[in-house]
Amino acid sequence: MKETIKDKVKELLSQGKITGFVGLRQRGQDISPYVFTDPEELEELSLGDRDRPGDARYPLVGLLGDLTERFPTEIFGLLVRGCDERALRVRMADNRVTPLSPDRVIPVGFSCPPELAQACRCHKPWPDALTAGEPTPGVNLAEEPFSGDLLEEMDKWTDILNRCVKCFGCRDICPVCSCRECTVEQEAMVPQRELPPAPSFLMTRAVHMVGRCVYCGLCEQACPADIPLKSLYRLVAAAFGQDAAAPGAVTVPYYTPTGARTGE
Amino acid sequence: MKYKATLTTCPYCGCGCNFYLETVDGRLIGTLPSKTSPVNQGRLCVKGWNAHAFVQHPKRLTKPLLRKNGELTEVSWDEALDFTARRLKEIKEAGGPDALAFLASAKITNEENYLLQKLARAGVGTNNIDHCARL
Repeated sequence: MKETIKDKVKELLSQGKITGFVGLRQRGQDISPYVFTDPEELEELSLGDRDRPGDARYPLVGLLGDLTERFPTEIFGLLVRGCDERALRVRMADNRVTPLSPDRVIPVGFSCPPELAQACRCHKPWPDALTAGEPTPGVNLAEEPFSGDLLEEMDKWTDILNRCVKCFGCRDICPVCSCRECTVEQEAMVPQRELPPAPSFLMTRAVHMVGRCVYCGLCEQACPADIPLKSLYRLVAAAFGQDAAAPGAVTVPYYTPTGARTGE
Repeated sequence: MKYKATLTTCPYCGCGCNFYLETVDGRLIGTLPSKTSPVNQGRLCVKGWNAHAFVQHPKRLTKPLLRKNGELTEVSWDEALDFTARRLKEIKEAGGPDALAFLASAKITNEENYLLQKLARAGVGTNNIDHCARL
């Protein structure tokens, strides 16, 4: 699978179709994000698997968004799993002053193994831009726990949310978080300098994830308090009418991400 | 266009979390926790997540400042150190060694921390020495 990806990226780089390929690089035991600009470097390409599948996934879409803003005329390749591609689409759909334009990125995708799809509880563990691998069966999210009624489950969630240490890791690692000013840092919405934070901290974030969350699970993996954030976002999205089995395409009334232009 | 993720250890406390400092063309753009670090396993606290923020911050102090007539004024290292040494001596003479306290830092080396406690204990004669990483 990796060789197919390498061949594709080599082709894109040597034909000058992309300036760089946003992917992962392994050196020794160390796997990190990297932007490949020389086909020779691709020997070190990693798909994010070290000890088990997908144990070194990083928010590559976030990095791509940063690079396309810094280098406004360059075109980048991007290593994508199913969740990365969904995140890419969310970022492209943002109506921003400097949008992530579809012609700025060439996704090179691969499918996740069934083991990882199950561990992530992923409903679509492959991207449409599938360069390597075959589509893997997804998990039926409608059968997941925490897709019940928000009000009925609130007591249980209050205890869970009190574990939060307010590291902002869930927001910092999120591939679809790109606001210049973040609501959860605004005193008017969330009382600042409180630990544990008021429930409005994670609940406000959860509301903002409705229709945006791609259920990649990077936030959960970054959470020092083991808060099941994907489940929380799914629960809150359900309250706004999101189909549990088919996430996305739900809007929250009166909410527009900061920095977005509306009605123009 | 050169992006690098440099693996390093968090400077803020004694836990030793590993993260990547992300740079583009030599400028810091972010911090990412290392997923493969056995210490923090892809997680960080709020300080670690912001470890890159101070380095190239426009408000970062690059020269010593001394308050003169109520205003912070740039001075030479000699002047700043002379002033500090004179005031430390004066305070010790007036109030005894325990009128002084020293706060060490996780952002300096072990050797510098050692020297600071030596200055406090052997030089000034007080045990009032603590460290920002005593969490």
